Amino acid sequence: MHKHIPTAAWAWLAAFVLLALLPVLPEPVGSAFHQELGAKVLIMAIFALSLQLLVGYTGLVSLGHAAFFGFAAYTVALLAPQSEAGNGWWLLAASVGAAALLAFVIGLLVMRTRGIYFIMVTLAFAQMVYFVFHDTDLGGGSDGTYVYIKPEFTLFGHRLLDLEQSAHFYWLALLLTAATVGLLALVLRARLGHALVGIRHNEQRMRAAGCNTTAYKLASFTLAGGLSGVAGFLFAVQHGYVNPEILAWHQSGNALLMVILGGIGSLPGAVLGAFSFVLLAEWFQGMTKHWQLLMGGFIIIAVAVLPQGIAGGFVWLRGRWQARRRPTLAAVVPTPQESTP
Amino acid sequence: MDLTTFLIQCLNSVQYGLLLFLVASGLTLIFGIMGVINLAHGSFYMIGAYMAFTLSSLVGNFALALLLGIVLAVVLGYLLEWCFFSFLYEREHLSQVLMTYGLILVFEELRSILVGDDVHGVAVPAWLGGSIAIGNGMAYPVYRLFMSGVCLAVAAGMYAVIRHTRLGMVVRAGSTNREMVQSLGIDIALLYRVVFAAGMALAVLAGMIAAPVASVYPGMGGSVLIVCFVVVVIGGIGSVKGALVAALLIGFVDTFGKVLWQQAAGVLVYVLMAAILLWKPQGLFRQGT
Repeated sequence: MHKHIPTAAWAWLAAFVLLALLPVLPEPVGSAFHQELGAKVLIMAIFALSLQLLVGYTGLVSLGHAAFFGFAAYTVALLAPQSEAGNGWWLLAASVGAAALLAFVIGLLVMRTRGIYFIMVTLAFAQMVYFVFHDTDLGGGSDGTYVYIKPEFTLFGHRLLDLEQSAHFYWLALLLTAATVGLLALVLRARLGHALVGIRHNEQRMRAAGCNTTAYKLASFTLAGGLSGVAGFLFAVQHGYVNPEILAWHQSGNALLMVILGGIGSLPGAVLGAFSFVLLAEWFQGMTKHWQLLMGGFIIIAVAVLPQGIAGGFVWLRGRWQARRRPTLAAVVPTPQESTP
Repeated sequence: MDLTTFLIQCLNSVQYGLLLFLVASGLTLIFGIMGVINLAHGSFYMIGAYMAFTLSSLVGNFALALLLGIVLAVVLGYLLEWCFFSFLYEREHLSQVLMTYGLILVFEELRSILVGDDVHGVAVPAWLGGSIAIGNGMAYPVYRLFMSGVCLAVAAGMYAVIRHTRLGMVVRAGSTNREMVQSLGIDIALLYRVVFAAGMALAVLAGMIAAPVASVYPGMGGSVLIVCFVVVVIGGIGSVKGALVAALLIGFVDTFGKVLWQQAAGVLVYVLMAAILLWKPQGLFRQGT
């Protein structure tokens, strides 16, 4: 029996294999700096992918996604032992679980609202989490707290990864990114994913069809929160330091930016968005102290000329190219992806 | 807490609430009419505070600086809408959110380039410098009363315009049914530009009159923006009356929270919002009221 595997899965697989080669490439390319930058991109990619599930597939625009990312990072910082390496499996599970639990609780409250209200209410709840960490001594207040020793991943007493090495950390981030993509792809093919897309297109009709839309939306919110916890875990391990800024609304704004920039409703779009955002930020920061000016200008131009994001831009280019190759079919050139309501 | 302290805290609550109303009313108007979530609204407040700082030292007269600032704000708001938003209405909401997010970054950096990152103070004008004794040796600064007075005057003016003028009628109609207003032959593009300019002027005015009390510092826009979101959500998006009630409510909760329960003060406002949303998911008042 040969089971059909979609071409998209092959494309993802090829991309991940190519990316996994980065640390073994010769020096100017495979340098420690590039590995760390690559890990940064991958962390943001997981973060953006988790938000994509909400924004692009469920139609829930959250401006408070950093709450879960930051909560997971804080969980790592607070649970990791001070004097010895923590158990990586346990810390990963705990941080993801904590983020998912927080998302579930906040989700229970915010599911009563919709549309614009949802944007503002998620923002306000994230801000609440921010102030809890900023104003109390729970996580060192506004100064933040440290993860002194990176956690260890062991299997049967055998140490699998040495996270002090940037290459090993990069591979861990890549592995977790691949797992996130795989999980999201499976979810989207399953009943849950179909229900979510249905809700995005017409929630009224889904409810009329007997679907408990609130439960599905809550499931999506919790799953997205948990997945952003994976990114939060990696962030805390990479930087060894967490402070309330990672919970701040700018972080949520950046995540939304990556999703919209990359292309709404597209998993590769989220990754592309994270990739361009991190690299642009790095590039602009190298150019000037006032790099946010360039970033702001870039965002404004991107909104003006790329209505469907980078992924949409590629689709448009491909459409143009095919149209030139087959002029007789010019009338049926695929338009960029349909827009979200 | 004795009666005098209580009275002073009440006055502070009202003053803070009214200031919040000034910022939030612009936010809620822009949303109600144009359907734009303006994340850059906090930046407008910040711009106002920095205008008060630069203009009052340039002109040398606070009242004149205030007037000049409002004129500048209206012009700037008009131009901003024209350059950055006029082509976005056909698109989904998210493009507009992203556009305003980009504008925040631009405004913050322009501020940093033009004025620097230092914390500044703006002197209270001499003719408002005194304070009024209210017994027990306590006194209340006149300037804070002046702030409340300005906010109340603006609130009354807005009420009059929205309820009793032709423009107000169009604004109310526009927040209920945009297409219908357009089909009645009203230039909706112009209406948008006017509302956006007015909303910006409100935020700038708030920033300017707040400058002598709160110091002028780089991150001031962001914190105000988030609290204003809470105000708008509690009051009901698009409702100016709701914004007033919610702003006063937040003013009291925040001021007394800081006095009575220091650690929880930052969170208290959001707990209030969560409680109100559980009770009334659409806010206290309907859109267009």
